[in-house]
Amino acid sequence: MKVDSIQNGIVLDHISAGKAFQVYHDLELDKLDCSIAILQNVTSNKMGRKDILKIDQEYDVNLDVLGYIDPDITVSIIKDGQTIEKKKVALPKKLINVKKCKNPRCITSVETDIPQIFVLTDEKNRIYRCIYCEADK
Amino acid sequence: MKHLIDPTDLSVEEIDGILNLALDIISNKERYSEACKGKKLATLFFEPSTRTRLSFEAAMMELGGNVLGFSSADSSSATKGESVGDTIRVVGCYADIIAMRHPKEGAPMLGSMVSPVPIINAGDGGHNHPTQTLTDLLTIKREKGDLNNFTIGLCGDLKFGRTVHSLIKALSRYEGIKFILISPKELKVPDYIITEVFEKNNIDYEEVTTMEEVMSKLDIIYMTRVQKERFFNEADYVRLKDTYILDKSKLKNAKETLSIMHPLPRVNEISTELDDDPRAAYFRQALNGKYVRMALILTLLGVNV
Repeated sequence: MKVDSIQNGIVLDHISAGKAFQVYHDLELDKLDCSIAILQNVTSNKMGRKDILKIDQEYDVNLDVLGYIDPDITVSIIKDGQTIEKKKVALPKKLINVKKCKNPRCITSVETDIPQIFVLTDEKNRIYRCIYCEADK
Repeated sequence: MKHLIDPTDLSVEEIDGILNLALDIISNKERYSEACKGKKLATLFFEPSTRTRLSFEAAMMELGGNVLGFSSADSSSATKGESVGDTIRVVGCYADIIAMRHPKEGAPMLGSMVSPVPIINAGDGGHNHPTQTLTDLLTIKREKGDLNNFTIGLCGDLKFGRTVHSLIKALSRYEGIKFILISPKELKVPDYIITEVFEKNNIDYEEVTTMEEVMSKLDIIYMTRVQKERFFNEADYVRLKDTYILDKSKLKNAKETLSIMHPLPRVNEISTELDDDPRAAYFRQALNGKYVRMALILTLLGVNV
C-alpha cells in the first residue's frame, strides 16, 4: 500500500503497532481540518510491525503526550517535501492535563477545573502518580 | 514557604528538630506562652474531627495566639460551591497559618499550591495525616528515650490504616528497628510497603496473626481498630474480632517496659481495664499531639524563642 509523501507537516513514525488511534485521540487530531493519514501494521525491519501518522499541515505536537503513550515514537518535521527537523520523544517526567485521575476520592474528582498533574515515580515500570492523591496509573 | 502535606516532606533532621522543640516546650511551657502573640491559626475542617481540631486550637492558644475557622463544610462557603483554592486564598488574607482537613485526597496539596501562608494537612481522606505521625514519633521518643533500636508490633487493620503506613515509612528512616506485623490475612500491609519499604531498605520484619505469639518480644505495641466492614464475610469477622482486642490476659508475657499506643478513637480494641496500667501510653500520646503541633506551628511560622 502506498501513501503519498506530505509537503508541509509532521510524520509520527515508529508508533507501536495498534497505538496510532490512541495517539490520534490523545493529540485531539480530530479537531484539525487538514488531511491525516493513519497507517496501521506497516512492515518494519526494526519493529516487525508499526503504525505511522502523517499530518498534512504545520502542527505544534505535544511531545509529552507522545512520550507518555510511547517514548520510542519519532517525530519528523517536513517542509517543502524535505525533513528539516527530527524531534526526540522521551518518557516525560511530568504530565499536565494529559490524563485524568481515576481515583474517585481525589480532589480532582470534584474540582474539575484544576490542572491534572502526574509525576513519573518509577521509570522502569512507567508509573505516574497524581500529585494530589498519589494514586498511580 | 514551607508546608506540611506529606510526612515525607520533612527530612529526618527536620523531624528531629520539631521533636526536640516539642521536648523543650514540655520542659519550659512558660517560655513559649506568648511565642505566637498576635498570630492567628485558621482551622479549616471540611469534615468533623474533634480530637485533631481541638489539639490544633489548644496548641495555638498555649502559644499565646488566636484561632478562627470552621468545623464542618456545612458552616463554610464550600456549601455555596466555593473552590478549595479560593477558600485558601481568602483565609490566607486573615490568618498566618492554616490547618486543614478535607474528605478528598490531595485537597491540602491543592491548597498549598495557592496559599500565601503555610498549610498543615490535618488529614485528607484516607491519604495522609502527618501530624499523627509526628505525634507517634514524639510519643516513642518520650516513652523509649530514642527513635532507634526497638521492636514495635503493629496490630489490627494494617491494610487500610493510614496511620500505620505513615508510621512505618517514618520509622524506616531510623536504625535498628524490628517491625512485627500482627493482623488477619485479610488485613495484611499492602505489598508495596513490604517491597518498597522493608525489603528495599533491608529492614527486619515479621508477619504473624496473633499478638500472643510475639508479645514477649515487643517494646511497643501500636493498636488499630479492626472494622467489621473490612471483611468479606461476617463469619470471618466474628471468628477473628476478639483476637485483636488487647486485654490483661494478652499482656501476660509482655515486658514491664512495654508501651501501648493507639491513635484514638478507641472503640473496643483496647480493654478499659488497661487504662490505669502504666504501660498504657495512648492518652499520653494524645497529649503529645498538642505539644508536637505547637512545635510544628512555631517551625512553620519561623518563630524562634
